[in-house]
Amino acid sequence: MLAKARVPDVEIRLATLDDLQHITELDAQITEHLKPDYWQEMFNRHVETGEGYFLVAQLPNTSRTENSELDGILGFIVGEVRAWEFGSHPCGWIMVVGVAPNHRVRGIGEALYNAIADKFRENGVDKIRTMAARDDQLNMAFFRAQGMMAGPFIELEKSID
Amino acid sequence: MRLQKATRYGLYSVLELARDTERQLSATDIAEIYGISANHLAKVLRDLGRAGLVDSVRGAGGGYRFSGNAKRTTLMDVINLFEDIGSDATSAADPGDDTDIGQSLLLVLGEIDDIAKATFGSITIDTLLKTMRWRQEREEMANQETKEVA
Repeated sequence: MLAKARVPDVEIRLATLDDLQHITELDAQITEHLKPDYWQEMFNRHVETGEGYFLVAQLPNTSRTENSELDGILGFIVGEVRAWEFGSHPCGWIMVVGVAPNHRVRGIGEALYNAIADKFRENGVDKIRTMAARDDQLNMAFFRAQGMMAGPFIELEKSID
Repeated sequence: MRLQKATRYGLYSVLELARDTERQLSATDIAEIYGISANHLAKVLRDLGRAGLVDSVRGAGGGYRFSGNAKRTTLMDVINLFEDIGSDATSAADPGDDTDIGQSLLLVLGEIDDIAKATFGSITIDTLLKTMRWRQEREEMANQETKEVA
């Protein structure tokens, strides 16, 4: 177990292949998009090849068959260390974080964030970055509540239709 | 960017009262802390009271106390009580705004306003006070380390 959330008895651990279907379903519940290929790719890249961190929050003593609520998996977070994109020194990037809607505001997201921050620190980086849509109040407020602020980079885009 | 005076006074009041929800402060108390006009602040506090963010307690020792939900109320919620940030940034209001260059400049200004609104809308009263305390603790630790080295 990597960390304990404020909510009693929630464990943060590395994701396994057995979790993948349930993470895919939980993400679909949160985002309203079912994207199994994306999650398979995330797993391959961050667990199989060890290029990043893929953690889940789970109720203890639950397994595939024991718990009807997504097998006790209440949240997930995925990140990796990136370096030297346009001069950026190595930093931990959070690509995605999610907590089951009926288990929010109980410290599960914070425990996942703290656990991946520990992993980044072990990797020698001292900054965390992420990207959220301006109108994504849920994630923006979550990252702000962890103390994150606007960084030195600005995201730009252009339509290339 | 610069917020209007009433908006700043509103933010000062809400944040000062929310940092200790048991404490009651009068308009004069808050005005003294921030070096601002008590008369102007009294009107701002009445607006905050109507919005349900502060309660006024009458009688001796009375004053105002925070009555909102610090985890749900964002800086934008307070700002919206007093001003409308960038409400007409992309509409032609001033001379030159309806020219091609004026329109392009308005687009850039609208982009900046959108970022400002997203920033204010993502920071709750609780988050601002929490991150302020973290920063203060870090500064105290750094000062302590400096003293120890010296």
